[in-house]
Amino acid sequence: MVYSLPTEPSPEQVREQSLYREMGLADDEYEQIIGHLGRLPNWTEVGVYSVMWSEHCSYKNSKPLLRKFPTEGPRVLQGPGEGAGVIDIGDGQAVVFKIESHNHPSAVEPFQGAATGVGGIIRDVFSMGARPVALLNSLRFGSLDNNRVKYLFEHVVAGIAHYGNCIGIPTVGGEVVFDQSYEGNPLVNAMCVGLLSHDQLQKGIASGVGNLVVYVGASTGRDGIHGATFASVELSEESEEKRSAVQVGDPFMEKLLLEACMEMVEQELLVGIQDMGAAGLTCSSAEMAAKGTCGMELNLDRVPQRETNMSPYEIMLSESQERMLLVIEEQNLARIEAICKKWGLQSAVIGQVTKGDRYQVYQKGECVADIPVMTLVDDAPIYHREEKIPAYYTEMKEINDTDQLEGHNPESLFEQLIQSPNLASKRWVYQQYDHMVGTSTAVLPGSDAAVVVVRGTDKALAMSTDGNSRYVYLNPEQGGRIAVAEAARNVVCAGAEPLGVTDCLNFGSPENPDIYWQLSKAIDGMSAACHTLKTPIVGGNVSLYNESGDQAIYPTPVVGMVGLIEQRAHITTQTWKGAGEQIYLLGETLAELGGSELQYVVTGQVSGQPPVLDLEKEKSLQTGLLAMIRQGIVTAAHDLAEGGIALALAESCMDSGLGAEITLSSPHSHVTALFSESQSRVLVSVKKSDMEKLEQLAAKYQIPCTRIGEVIEQEKLLIEVNGEEVIGRSIPDIKQLWEGAIPCKMKASLTN
Amino acid sequence: MRFAVATFPGSNCDLDCVHAVEDVLGAPVSTVWHQQTDLDEFDAIILPGGFSYGDYLRTGALARFSPVMESVVAAAKQGKLVIGICNGFQILCEVGLLPGALMANDHLQFRCATPELVVENADTPFTQDYQSGEQIQIPIAHGEGNYYCDEQTLQELEENRQILFRYNSENPNGSTAGIAGIINRAGNVLGMMPHPERAIVDWMGSADGAKIFTSMLRNWEER
Repeated sequence: MVYSLPTEPSPEQVREQSLYREMGLADDEYEQIIGHLGRLPNWTEVGVYSVMWSEHCSYKNSKPLLRKFPTEGPRVLQGPGEGAGVIDIGDGQAVVFKIESHNHPSAVEPFQGAATGVGGIIRDVFSMGARPVALLNSLRFGSLDNNRVKYLFEHVVAGIAHYGNCIGIPTVGGEVVFDQSYEGNPLVNAMCVGLLSHDQLQKGIASGVGNLVVYVGASTGRDGIHGATFASVELSEESEEKRSAVQVGDPFMEKLLLEACMEMVEQELLVGIQDMGAAGLTCSSAEMAAKGTCGMELNLDRVPQRETNMSPYEIMLSESQERMLLVIEEQNLARIEAICKKWGLQSAVIGQVTKGDRYQVYQKGECVADIPVMTLVDDAPIYHREEKIPAYYTEMKEINDTDQLEGHNPESLFEQLIQSPNLASKRWVYQQYDHMVGTSTAVLPGSDAAVVVVRGTDKALAMSTDGNSRYVYLNPEQGGRIAVAEAARNVVCAGAEPLGVTDCLNFGSPENPDIYWQLSKAIDGMSAACHTLKTPIVGGNVSLYNESGDQAIYPTPVVGMVGLIEQRAHITTQTWKGAGEQIYLLGETLAELGGSELQYVVTGQVSGQPPVLDLEKEKSLQTGLLAMIRQGIVTAAHDLAEGGIALALAESCMDSGLGAEITLSSPHSHVTALFSESQSRVLVSVKKSDMEKLEQLAAKYQIPCTRIGEVIEQEKLLIEVNGEEVIGRSIPDIKQLWEGAIPCKMKASLTN
Repeated sequence: MRFAVATFPGSNCDLDCVHAVEDVLGAPVSTVWHQQTDLDEFDAIILPGGFSYGDYLRTGALARFSPVMESVVAAAKQGKLVIGICNGFQILCEVGLLPGALMANDHLQFRCATPELVVENADTPFTQDYQSGEQIQIPIAHGEGNYYCDEQTLQELEENRQILFRYNSENPNGSTAGIAGIINRAGNVLGMMPHPERAIVDWMGSADGAKIFTSMLRNWEER
């Protein structure tokens, strides 16, 4: 018999008053639970089902779409389904990486919300047995003219810095985009990259009847339990106030947990290990048991608690941070305890692996939950939502996005663009992140991709996060392709072969057919690009219901790409290296200004159609560029993205102490020639003696290749289009505008 | 010359320091857990950067009570070379081996950058491979690197040439007199906010930090 606490609603009350709805369960889902149990579930059991069947844990709305992603490849050691994806990088080593959202907590409490987002993704990576070596992030905010947005931006950045800096993992890259669509719903996506030896790969699995379930790390408190669940008056009259608190991160605790887990992995003491993250103890223990197709028995009296009188429901659903669940053989317990003691961590044996399929939870001698474990994981409901082409899409398609931007003075447009917070220097952000701890960072933030060397080898990893949601909004399929292709192009520009992807799908409500259509089409586009570029998706996260008021965010798939640099000599940056070097444009410039930064800056909105991405052309460009880099002829390479060729040229000048003299000939207008965001384009520079080699390679890979100018001693950017000088600026001048833009929007006291 | 790198709970630059000693000097080096008290076998001790004890209470305020610190103080009295980098500098100030204190940066943000430093005194065991007045680049990464001391102490530091490094043009944290690193009166204990272990080979962006390690080795060899 399953026990119900007198202070909680009885199973009958849960049914009669439909209390399960407050936990996010639908009526038919509740009926399914009754079917699985053959009786009415008690309060704790309803809670356990509600979190296990939430979108976050079960992907019930997105699973049918996610199946479209290519997830396999010759190098893939672990695809989606574990804490993080794992890809072979040779020599018995592998790279482990994953991205995850922490959007809603960051909207409410930006500092801790962002900090705990970082903490969570780090645990996902080291629970695989990997040592985290780098962090990245992808952030979206409303317009910086809004004071609330400034507050969110400042505190999210400080929260990320706080956690990453303290735990000592360098934050090497990322992106920040400001757009009104995120005004009420900022996005905070954090990515972690780790390294491991193949033989140290861990899994979140419980197996071996009689093996012990061990809890390590911080005590469990009442933080992070669904606040909405306890909103009803009837409950709070009877019980003490149970309003959930915002989770608070403790990076110092996580540093201890990380080092302790690394020692356990090295000493081969673990059967299984999983982070207690979202849905806490419930999700980690149930998923581990389900993966091992065995049962599990937990005794909640032994769970370290930092508050008194916690109910089973609270203990099971708490999302207190910095906790890890282990499954070990009893003979290793003493060694586990010794490691925990060394690092000042508490540990407790809280249960064991059992025969059969029952997931049983005890408190004070009573059985408070008794559930067939597979029904929590495998039998979670799946929804095929309705999708419909939104009216806006049909309207937008008809708008001519080029004509509206003609007639403006190119130089003044250029000046506006370099000061747009989206294109301006992000130094204000990344100088708050320790991006050098670990002494492996070879390419610092601010380049196309960050590069981290692999100690003890000549190899390095390039990594980038990318996702242009305006393109996705205007055309989800093209936008999805571009997100993947651009992230891959970024790592190729750094000298790397793209290996694989982790993705974070930030969308509005899937129950809205327009939005489900966006999600579906974006996934189609991403899948096609991943397929052609041979970059499987090995893990990720889905964040739906990103809306405030009735306004959904722009559909925002964020792609985290990791690439392998075979030799450090191949590491390439975007900065010019020497005067006299010849500048080439690889790829073709078309009249593509829909969804561009220029369009947003000039008109305050986006419309029309985004650039078209031809996957075969993209593949040739990337393969050819990598060949050029590996032959050692490319002195600088820079992806052309938002702001077009004009911005890319300026960026390559910024830290070089040099300038560039450029002559473009174009069938299009000056504005289009300078600012079009056509895809599959890269700037490269080569020494004069390598011009022929470059042109031959471009021909071999069928890449359009045009010499457009040269690097000059003078710190000036001089651009001529069709014989007319359109931009002539001193680099120190534009650098001042470019670096000053974001500090200027924040406050003067923060500009030091 | 044997190097010890102390690891406190929360240290996160300990392995970086080990790697720097290995890569620059090829000298024997090992980490020492903060509860170890016997440092006799070592000739030099590095207190690395990081967030010992999570920076709780005050940076370095808890680490100074770790058992290893008694031995560090004893080693410093014996004349062994002791270098505290970033959090290590903060610990050295807390334990009293160096004067002054490190406050929060004046702009209240964490700052990671590579400022230019001037070597103020090249006649010390830590700087003898530099030239006085040499301009070098060594990264910083700290939230509390704003060195403060009273006027009398500053005067003594100046008179005794105890200021080894100053920020050259831009002061990234508001420190008194642009101080980035100081030594004790006896000249064998160095505390500095910049991280020399992050600037030892060109691909790191600068190799200017390597000379601190080579200076230490040469000093020991010439003793």
